[in-house]
Amino acid sequence: MPFVVELIISLLIVIGGAFLLIGSFGMIKLRDLLPRLHAPTKASTVGLGGLLIASMLFFWIERGHFTIHELLITLFIFLTAPITANLIAKAYMLLNVDPNKDLPPSKQDEGWATFDPVGPEGYDPSEEYQEKET
Amino acid sequence: MIEYALNFGFVCVALALLMNLYRLTVGPTTADRVLAVDTMAINAIALLILYGIGKATAMYFEGALLFAMFGFVSTVAYCKFVLRGDIIE
Repeated sequence: MPFVVELIISLLIVIGGAFLLIGSFGMIKLRDLLPRLHAPTKASTVGLGGLLIASMLFFWIERGHFTIHELLITLFIFLTAPITANLIAKAYMLLNVDPNKDLPPSKQDEGWATFDPVGPEGYDPSEEYQEKET
Repeated sequence: MIEYALNFGFVCVALALLMNLYRLTVGPTTADRVLAVDTMAINAIALLILYGIGKATAMYFEGALLFAMFGFVSTVAYCKFVLRGDIIE
């Protein structure tokens, strides 16, 4: 294996490992859940991305043929990270945030979506289901 | 040179997993624990990839892909359970 390629792979592994460590250190450093949600994004983008690019380069040089199945993991992580962050934030708000004290008024007929599953007055979601069935 | 970089990476991922374990046991709210498990799944994927490079075999990528999928599904299932009291309505 040529020296330059080995240097690039080693640098990518070191950068990825350092970012994974930084992302998890933010988890114990930050004070609350909503700032804490910000920390693991470092680990899932640059950390895992660097390691997966290093692995792609390594197997390309080692085996001689180029494969992209590491890109599948990158694609899947990039697609799912915002969804998990949104759902964790919604679960936290439902359990720990008081909508009357901590949130501004929504200025609509109904309240904020996480706290008011009923919707505006007079709206009955079961009627829509019955219309679809018949 | 790759061996030294791999050792550095293993140490980093191990420390990161210990920090996530601290947040998983101490974490004051339920959402903190869910976030800790989600980050642990990401670190486990990184550990599998590093091990695959060290052994020079592509066999561990299926394991890493499975970790990615089941980490996402378990996080979403737990959050749905907290939000709605049910997973599949």
